[in-house]
Amino acid sequence: MTDPHLDTRAFAKSIRKHALRMVHRANTSHIGTCLSMADLLAALYTQVLNIDPAQPAWAARDRLILSKGHGAAILYAALAERGFFPPDWLETFSQDGSLLTGHVNHRVPGIDFSTGSLGHGLSVACGMAIAARRDAAAYRVFALLSDGELDEGSTWEPILFAPQYRLDNLVAIVDFNKIQSFGTVAEVLELQPLADKWRACRWAVREIDGHDHTQIAAALRDLPFEPGKPSVIIAHTVKGKGVSYMEGQLAWHYKAPNAQQLAQALAEVDAAP
Amino acid sequence: MRNTFIDTLTELAAADPRIWLVTGDLGFSVLERFAERFPGRYLNVGVAEQNMTGMAAGISTTGKVVFTYSIANFPVMRCLEQVRNDICYHNLNVKIVAVGGGFGYGSAGYTHHGLEDLAVMSALPNMTVLAPGDPVETRLAVRAIVQHPAPCYLRLGKGGEPVVHTSEPRFEIGKAIPLMSGKDLTLISTGGILSIVMSAARALEAAGFSVGVLSMPTVSPLDRDAVLAAAAASRALLTVEEHAPGGLGSRVAEALAVAGAGIPFAMLTADRSHLHLAGSQDYLRDHSGLSLEAILAKARDLLASGRNAG
Ligand SMILES: Cc1ncc(C[n+]2csc(CCOP(=O)(O)OP(=O)(O)O)c2C)c(N)n1
Repeated sequence: MTDPHLDTRAFAKSIRKHALRMVHRANTSHIGTCLSMADLLAALYTQVLNIDPAQPAWAARDRLILSKGHGAAILYAALAERGFFPPDWLETFSQDGSLLTGHVNHRVPGIDFSTGSLGHGLSVACGMAIAARRDAAAYRVFALLSDGELDEGSTWEPILFAPQYRLDNLVAIVDFNKIQSFGTVAEVLELQPLADKWRACRWAVREIDGHDHTQIAAALRDLPFEPGKPSVIIAHTVKGKGVSYMEGQLAWHYKAPNAQQLAQALAEVDAAP
Repeated sequence: MRNTFIDTLTELAAADPRIWLVTGDLGFSVLERFAERFPGRYLNVGVAEQNMTGMAAGISTTGKVVFTYSIANFPVMRCLEQVRNDICYHNLNVKIVAVGGGFGYGSAGYTHHGLEDLAVMSALPNMTVLAPGDPVETRLAVRAIVQHPAPCYLRLGKGGEPVVHTSEPRFEIGKAIPLMSGKDLTLISTGGILSIVMSAARALEAAGFSVGVLSMPTVSPLDRDAVLAAAAASRALLTVEEHAPGGLGSRVAEALAVAGAGIPFAMLTADRSHLHLAGSQDYLRDHSGLSLEAILAKARDLLASGRNAG
């Protein structure tokens, strides 16, 4: 593949479709959550992360912590697409006896850490990053956060910590879709001006459109944005992105598509550029 | 249970202006009925359980009865020191409500399984710990805790728990509710597993045994008198709970040991050796040793040993 963007786009489509089928089959929540970070995950798993599907525990690998652990379905899909485990495992998502729990499970090959309670991931990522620094290891640590978990005080503790230790091997990505569980961010707890908050805490900040593959690729290529500082990418996204009737709708935090809705959703994802 | 809870609370709030409800960004399609009627006594603080709990403590110091609301471990563990210091130490009138106790959020995974909450909450001073067994007990528990001016923890099922009580039982905080009485074995249950315990009791009766059932909607303070009375009335006791060791069974064992009531006794708790598995609530109950069959097998063991002892 000569054009890596094309490859990433195809990957994004295929993980969106996996996630839609998984959530439909299991009749579970959080499809909107998955779709909003599909493009970010696609870029990370096709262009950025230094990982080896044949050795999920390879010590020198880049780490990715999905702090918004309720987006598990699409992360499992990305790992299956990269060959960490057979794609037919995805059919067991959330089913009796499966390892593919509805929140991210570290027993699944390729998953670096279990999450599900919001506001834990950035601290853990910070711990991995400082260990890498003190071990003189070259790997990077990525933490993918939701806007809702920026409500948690525990998210702000590592935000204060990371610059103190100049952790420029740490990258936070905020999936800023502006919807949480029981209202919009603006209704519940306004975060804006969000970039200013991170900047005031001494992070190097880049704001992008989290569905624009060119912008995503450019940001991820430029890491760290400033030597000696942790980087944060604030990705403006749309919850439910790619499926017209889900976009920006809180209800799709909870609902699973029925068979007919699934067919329409898959068709829309296929038809997208 | 979740709908019964909010309907009862909304009803009570209409007559009692002290009642407030504070959520940590959860309750979609459930809490709206309260929020719309009493916007001045409702808050969504965001995904911020420590702030929710500390604020609830602060609000309650002004004479309010404050309910905090979230799911599974979030209103309990995520903010445990706020519960301990701010609510319990100050003996404040805050009611912590957790939806989805046990394996209610089964396929969500272990982060969402409430398996240690009863033990943790029971360890705290001034805290009353309740896990109603069905929607009827839930309604009565909500009414009772509003009248109880001290910290309370209310563990609820996620929804869809069958009604067990065919009529309204006498309900008092700290008192067990007898459902059946029997000479061979008494089953003691807390929380939403009550309906399965009742099925087990009926199956054992059908097999010719005389079996009692005590529902224990209050885990702490434990109704020791009821435990000792059951120990005197039947030849063996078996506790059942959708919870790890450290909850009801451990407390019953302690009561029996302290009283010197030597009696064939066993406790069924959730086996946590498969923390990483997904599954429905039924699947995970079965898988962790809490199926109807597991209850019957343990009961038969006890009945056999009771017969030897007798
Ligand atoms: C500590 C904690 N509290 C509450 C929850 C329940 N919960 C699951 S998702 C969610 C919020 C969803 O919004 P957001 O975090 O912005 O993620 P999005 O789905 O929009 O990406 C909440 C409150 C949780 N998982 N963890």
